[in-house]
Amino acid sequence: MSEPSTSRFRQALRTPVGITASIGLAAIIVLAIIAPILWSDDAAKLDILAASQGASRAHPLGTDALGRDILYRMLVATRLSVTLALLAAGLGALIGIPLGAIPALVGGRIGKLVTGFINLSVAFPTLLVAIFVAAIIGVGARGAVAGIGIAIAPYFARLSQTLSASVAGSDYLAAARMLGVRRVRLLRRHILPNVAEPLLITVTIAVGDSLLALAGLSFLGLGVQPPQYDWGRMLSEGLSRIYVTPVVALGPAIAITLGALSFVLFGEVLAKAAAGGGAPRWTRTDLSALPVLPAGPPTGDGDAIPVPDVLAVENLTVSFPGGSVPVRGVSLEVAPGEIIGIVGESGSGKTLTAMAIADLLPAASQLTASRFTLFGKDPRSLGEAERRRLLGRSLAVVYQDPMSALNPALRVGRQLAEVSEVHDGLSKSSATQRAVDRLGSVRIANPAARVRQYPHEFSGGMRQRAVIAMGLMSEPKLIIADEPTTALDVTVQQQILQLLREVSTSGGSAAILISHDVAVVSQLCRRVLVMYAGRIVEELDVATLVIGPAHPYTAALVASVPTMESDRTQPLASIPGRAPSPYDDSPGCPFAPRCPRASARCTDLMPPLEQRSAGHRVACWHPLQRGAAGTPAGVAVEDVAV
Amino acid sequence: MTTLAASALTVHFGHGDRGLTAVDRVDLEVPEGATVGLVGESGSGKSTLARALCGLVPAAGGEVLLDGAPVPKRHGGRAVDRRRRVQMIFQDPFASLNPRMSVGEAIGEAAAAGRGGARRGARREQVRRYLELVHLDPELAGRYPSRLSGGQRQRVAIARALAARPEVLIADEITSSLDVSVQSAVLNLMRELRGELGISMMFVSHNLATVRYVSDHLAVMYLGRIVEIGPTETVVSDPRHPYTQALLRAVPRLGASPAETAADVELGDPPDPHRPPPGCHFHPRCPVGPQAVPERTICVEQDPRDGAADRPHRTFCHFASSSPGRAPAVPPREEQFHVARDR
Amino acid sequence: MTAAPASIGAQRNWWAGRTRSAYLFRRTARLLVSLALLLTATFFMIHLVPGDPVRAALGPTAPASLVAERKAALGLDKPLVTQYVDYIRDVLHGDFGTSMTTGESVTEVIKQRAPATFKLAGIAFLVAMFVAVPLGVLMAALTRDSRRRGVELGFTAATGGLAAIPSFLLAVGLVYLFAVTIHIFPVAGRAGFSSYVLPVAALALAPIAALSRIVRVEGLRVLEQDYIRTARGKRLPARIVYVRHALPNTLTPTLTLAGLLLGGLVAGTVLVENIFAWPGLGTTLVQSVAEKDYPTVQALAVVFGTVVLLANFAVDIALGVIDPRSTILES
Repeated sequence: MSEPSTSRFRQALRTPVGITASIGLAAIIVLAIIAPILWSDDAAKLDILAASQGASRAHPLGTDALGRDILYRMLVATRLSVTLALLAAGLGALIGIPLGAIPALVGGRIGKLVTGFINLSVAFPTLLVAIFVAAIIGVGARGAVAGIGIAIAPYFARLSQTLSASVAGSDYLAAARMLGVRRVRLLRRHILPNVAEPLLITVTIAVGDSLLALAGLSFLGLGVQPPQYDWGRMLSEGLSRIYVTPVVALGPAIAITLGALSFVLFGEVLAKAAAGGGAPRWTRTDLSALPVLPAGPPTGDGDAIPVPDVLAVENLTVSFPGGSVPVRGVSLEVAPGEIIGIVGESGSGKTLTAMAIADLLPAASQLTASRFTLFGKDPRSLGEAERRRLLGRSLAVVYQDPMSALNPALRVGRQLAEVSEVHDGLSKSSATQRAVDRLGSVRIANPAARVRQYPHEFSGGMRQRAVIAMGLMSEPKLIIADEPTTALDVTVQQQILQLLREVSTSGGSAAILISHDVAVVSQLCRRVLVMYAGRIVEELDVATLVIGPAHPYTAALVASVPTMESDRTQPLASIPGRAPSPYDDSPGCPFAPRCPRASARCTDLMPPLEQRSAGHRVACWHPLQRGAAGTPAGVAVEDVAV
Repeated sequence: MTTLAASALTVHFGHGDRGLTAVDRVDLEVPEGATVGLVGESGSGKSTLARALCGLVPAAGGEVLLDGAPVPKRHGGRAVDRRRRVQMIFQDPFASLNPRMSVGEAIGEAAAAGRGGARRGARREQVRRYLELVHLDPELAGRYPSRLSGGQRQRVAIARALAARPEVLIADEITSSLDVSVQSAVLNLMRELRGELGISMMFVSHNLATVRYVSDHLAVMYLGRIVEIGPTETVVSDPRHPYTQALLRAVPRLGASPAETAADVELGDPPDPHRPPPGCHFHPRCPVGPQAVPERTICVEQDPRDGAADRPHRTFCHFASSSPGRAPAVPPREEQFHVARDR
Repeated sequence: MTAAPASIGAQRNWWAGRTRSAYLFRRTARLLVSLALLLTATFFMIHLVPGDPVRAALGPTAPASLVAERKAALGLDKPLVTQYVDYIRDVLHGDFGTSMTTGESVTEVIKQRAPATFKLAGIAFLVAMFVAVPLGVLMAALTRDSRRRGVELGFTAATGGLAAIPSFLLAVGLVYLFAVTIHIFPVAGRAGFSSYVLPVAALALAPIAALSRIVRVEGLRVLEQDYIRTARGKRLPARIVYVRHALPNTLTPTLTLAGLLLGGLVAGTVLVENIFAWPGLGTTLVQSVAEKDYPTVQALAVVFGTVVLLANFAVDIALGVIDPRSTILES
């Protein structure tokens, strides 16, 4: 057993549910062992005078038709009930698990046949199969165990089949095969450890289910036969007296329920621990203690930057409960018709920044900003309906994965037309007409036929075109494109970028293009924002980006990506270490631990986003000199900071 | 060292209408000590080819040759050792490491395969050496993969592959699941290892710039077939196949205006790989093919690989030219002659 | 050549139509093969009984001549192949032979008893679907994005408990509560509307719990999908987001489960019928198994098995019609 999973299970068993299940299970096992030893005689003692009584001091759960004490009989019956359930579950596992492993081991036609058989047999209800098997083998405990074992075997087979298929298809097994690892070792080290856990959990749950099924069979008179008795048999005897002395049925009913529940619950606790593992607990951070990025000095002359009437945000912060702050004090402005780019690695906060602007943040998150103006209004101050109208008509969003961004159950035309139906009040037919028109304008051939198709009939590039067309259903003033080409092939990527550019120029709409790829962003945008650890670390135009950025992170990002011109004899620049987590709230520059130019000041104090020249702002205490991006790192001579 | 080669290698999945020829009669050679880059878009069959070379997917036709001898298909005996000589590093380091084995156990297992069973103490020393080789802290040997970052995992996967002392290493999209700043470190590591160990390598990626950076030879794959192959610099600076030319133009370049790169890239969408077009697979999207020049019907009728040996450049195109996308509207005489001769 | 793009659409539609009919064909073929397997399995049932089934049924005291006579009547003295052919022919003609204990025609018994069972299972199925699906969807909408933790906890605890209690215990509890303590509904028997209430409740409660849990989880999964974010990004009213965009995508798993549920309900009737003395197939089954009346058991296996297979077939067909992807994604 591997080290991380044991601790996970220990943790899961310490939860209230885990403790309850463990205690219940332990109690049942102890009872099954000791009850027959201690109370067999009491349970068998006949007392004809006290026959068929209700609850009394001497017999808390009453007596049966022969005057035997039901409580004692219930306790003693634990062993038989649990043993039979264990046998049945064991039998089911023994038949089902190897059967399910056949398709992965053998494959081909036989494998397919076995898979088909498993799929077919899973459809048959357990109890029915059990009854028919019991009818063949003969009514009694043996028949019942065999019946239930065979009836639950398909469930084990199904599980074992999916598990073995996933392990058999795994890369780590492929790697082991290439090493020529022997079969026995493959099974022992690679396959079993990865399937044992879920199988064991299922066996535990199956014991609980078998307990219920056996009780059901005994209850019908098809299970344990007298003079033997289990809980089901006792329930059936009690039920006939339910009008007169209901308590005699109640005892066994409770025993069955609690017994089965303990096994099932225990199994589920284990399953939860195995599946989740759970995110590590983070200590709660006091949001107010977070260093707020000092706003840069007001820009000297306003001529350089056009009047921002599309979007202006200042000090945008997005936080999640638990202390995660993935976006920290971002300020940006977008002028009409302008295309700006946001570049950053995964976890830099670029997507959340975009989603915050688009009012599409996850519900749990919290947004704060000292200023937030979209199309001249603060969306936070608007009512629900008004905000919907404003954003629905003026804002278009293009998502990363066109495969999942369209609803698979709706025709493409429907998904486009509904925008105009809702926001422009168009009739169904004229909205569809507009959808055809817009699909044509993003150069989808034969749009009139395409609107009637489902997304799965579109290729990846066409879907992304359809998403863009969806944004064009009204006349957007701002298009937010979040990694719009990452999921696409290179040859398609260029077409989509070109299309975005056309759409923006012809419609006069502004756009924000978000990408991890500096080159992609540099092709479409004039102004680029570089994000790192939730902050904007540099804002620059593409010319500066090419000549030499000032922030060491930007420089490293550009230099670390191989291009068609990279010198193949030289190693690429690389950035050691990894980005801080969104929970990290150390006071200094977030890049300092990975930065070759970092000084003590960098780790202690956050550098503000300072104006360097017109349209160039950088948050760094030791920025690089223009054109010095490729030079060996050293402490900057100049120090422009205040 | 060793040469790995594919000879008319074919891989087929499924049958009937859902059937797919993922790799279609591919000839490819990874020469001793060299790195061959294999580039292609999704659905080109590049990963399947890589897996077929390792024996991870069965070949429907053709064979894999190691030093000129076919690699045995069955397990056991001498076959095991021949398999070991070709190792693969996978795209997703979260899937290629057994979650139930520690880093040390995983590398140790590979080292055992490589040495034919060394002592336990020596094994530990080997694990340590291989971790250092990929610039990882030897202390990580006791960790389980779930405690490592993506970049660390990929280094462990590389160390595991190296520990088996392979003669050919196949790297399948090994950087594409990593973050930008980690990618370059892994690329540097691969270059460094190639220099130190002199291993033959095949580097598979969808990213042309990445492949170019690490490879000596470059093969371009499209819908299961290799369409162009040659020394990296030659292919990059003087591409002959219209698809290679399009692929090169499509590479995003820092600071280039999209008008420069994108204006003439209007390829349309790739076809369904289950029903590849007849003749040259690329003809429905080809800027010099029958879509542009209707009389070039040979593209629809004939597989351009037939008779390719007679052409100077190893480009599988009936009308290969060095000037991208500026092919004359009417085919020149010699090409007409060429067509006639092929028939 | 310029016409090529225009033909793509038509070609794809043609392809989609072809896959759909191929799908229907495959499913029908699968159903027929399954039915053949079922018939074969039930045929061998009687031959798998250890010892002499007729002797076992008639008891050790029965004279040997009677045993031989019964064997001849059942055709057990003929060669196996002949028996098999006869059996298949008889079953296809709707003839299940005569009961070993009562001498009645098994087909007649089934005809008499089946309506009560199917009516009970059918009503319980409809009740379960009509309660569980809206309940699950409502719960998903209420508890999305980890909202309303209290509601979520209450719902999962209540349904978890209900789903864990087997129907026969639930039935006993219901009888005790509603028939013994407060005499609202009859304890047993089948007479009028009120006699249906408790059996239907006993049958439907656990499936309601199980199904509504699944529907909620499916709903939550769908609400997390990118296309729901797209729908929100289009600023559609919440009503359209839920009804038009989320609901259709929860149908596939719901229907799949409903098929299993229907089969399970037919099985559940066996227990519930016995508790409520319901004059259906379930009581007949238990009785015939206990009395080793093999022809009746055999016939009931065919009937119950066919119902299960037909329920699954119906779901497959419904899925093929509702969800265009299922015809392509499968295999």
